[in-house]
Amino acid sequence: MVQQELFQVIKPGIQTTFQDMGRTGYQQFGVPVSGAMDRFSLQVANILAGNKRTSPCLEITLVGPTLLAKTTMTIVITGANLSPTCNGEPIAMWKTVRIEEGDELVFGKHQSGVRAYLAVSGGFATPAYFGSSSVDGNSGFGKSLEIEDVIKGYPVMEKTGISVANTLIPIYQKKVKISLIEGPHTDYFTQADRTTFFTEPYKVGANSNRMGYRLEGQAIKPEKVKVWSDGIPFGGVQITSAGEPIILMADRQTTGGYPRIGTVSSTDIPKIAQLIPGGEVSFKRVSVEKAEEDARKQEQFLIRLKQFRQHIERGKKA
Amino acid sequence: MEKTIAAIGDGVIRIEFAGDVSPEMNQQVQYTCRLIQERSIFGVIELVPGYQTITLYYEPIKIRFEELVGKLENLLGKEQDQESIQEKTRLLHIPVCYGGEHGSDLTDVAKRHHMTEDEVVKRHQQPEYLVYLLGFLPGFPYLGGLDSAIATPRLQEPRAKTPAGSVGIADAQTGIYPLSSPGGWNIIGNTPIPLFDAEKKEDAFLFQPGDRVKFYEISEADYSQLTLSNKWEEVIADE
Repeated sequence: MVQQELFQVIKPGIQTTFQDMGRTGYQQFGVPVSGAMDRFSLQVANILAGNKRTSPCLEITLVGPTLLAKTTMTIVITGANLSPTCNGEPIAMWKTVRIEEGDELVFGKHQSGVRAYLAVSGGFATPAYFGSSSVDGNSGFGKSLEIEDVIKGYPVMEKTGISVANTLIPIYQKKVKISLIEGPHTDYFTQADRTTFFTEPYKVGANSNRMGYRLEGQAIKPEKVKVWSDGIPFGGVQITSAGEPIILMADRQTTGGYPRIGTVSSTDIPKIAQLIPGGEVSFKRVSVEKAEEDARKQEQFLIRLKQFRQHIERGKKA
Repeated sequence: MEKTIAAIGDGVIRIEFAGDVSPEMNQQVQYTCRLIQERSIFGVIELVPGYQTITLYYEPIKIRFEELVGKLENLLGKEQDQESIQEKTRLLHIPVCYGGEHGSDLTDVAKRHHMTEDEVVKRHQQPEYLVYLLGFLPGFPYLGGLDSAIATPRLQEPRAKTPAGSVGIADAQTGIYPLSSPGGWNIIGNTPIPLFDAEKKEDAFLFQPGDRVKFYEISEADYSQLTLSNKWEEVIADE
């Protein structure tokens, strides 16, 4: 493996960071998990690129970067459609694409979703902290891309045109229905407030970010406010003392002291991660059994995709 | 101690201990974490101790929650008397330079409680604190045992930047900022001892849950000297 310069950053975009599946094993020391907001798109990008599923990708948020290719490489872009172009020509997403040395890769007008993922076949060279390359500025782990940064990696040429079927590509809506597992502080809320929460739509507030999504709408004030700090999961929905729901996202703290009405099922988290400010979310109850079943189905899909991808590799060598 | 075990997400199980938060409950939490970790159950990712809970993250691909809850019930079913679970814990002595530029809220905290700054400092140094858990920031200890006479609500407006090493009070808790961060705690002093090193692989964290902590006052001159030194171990050494 030879390390090479992949891109020079011409414009960094508003929040472009390396993310992988996050930093696990250190939450007991207060280290946030962090990692990709939309782990489905991250893994599909890696699988198509022929990388390890959990490799770091560039997570590109709404206003994306302009990158100058320093070498010839194979790339895959998944997630939000931010009108990616190469030398002004639109490039396909969810598909392996070749770009040549000197090409200019530009993320432009926002079409749908919030976060795009860019994988390079062979992978990026990124510093790792506690076993993960996920950038988490609050904890002192790396930083967002800046102008003139040089991105390095280990490029390998892969066949172009390897893709997933169109029918399997997620369509990002501006109104989403989200499955929620109730608890643990269900009894902090009146029956009426719980009904309200599962009936009324909420709007994603402007100050929503990688730590949490603030929801605007019908307030549901907890009857008890004080909660002894406990572990908070990805997708936990905490209710502030003013009755405002916040969905806890990738960069959330490890523990929190607000009551939580429920936890978003893991397979619905990408829908939130791709929901733009102003978008609408409503909640429906789901059992843990059903949520686990959905998680297993998604895992089986990713395993099959990986097998299909390896089959192509073998075909290439034969 | 009575426990409830429930799945609160696909991949999240929460063990809740009944009763009031106390050092005894903290020992039960630490003991139970060790018990589960030693069993190394297939599919379990990690455990996060809270004041009266343990949050357990698992992979639903590898184990279903019913099976995992069953295993945990078997493992934790047996009542443990308090004496048998006691582990030898560490006592760490943390030097703090109180007030002035290192503790910009000390004056306000003293005024609020109608006492002198010296008295606040004396009362802050008096107790032996317990690290109930780490959270909020990497390596940030939630310390229980603050003298209620100096308990102070969080700042109305959180600061954009609280420097690393800041020793603060928020309600009935005291804590230390391992790294510079926005925050709403009342800052009464600063320690030159590093609590967290992002670049380190081993021993990156000064504290672990269950540790005991005593603060002692140092002068501005000692503070500057300690900042230049790297002999932390001698300074904070166990009793």
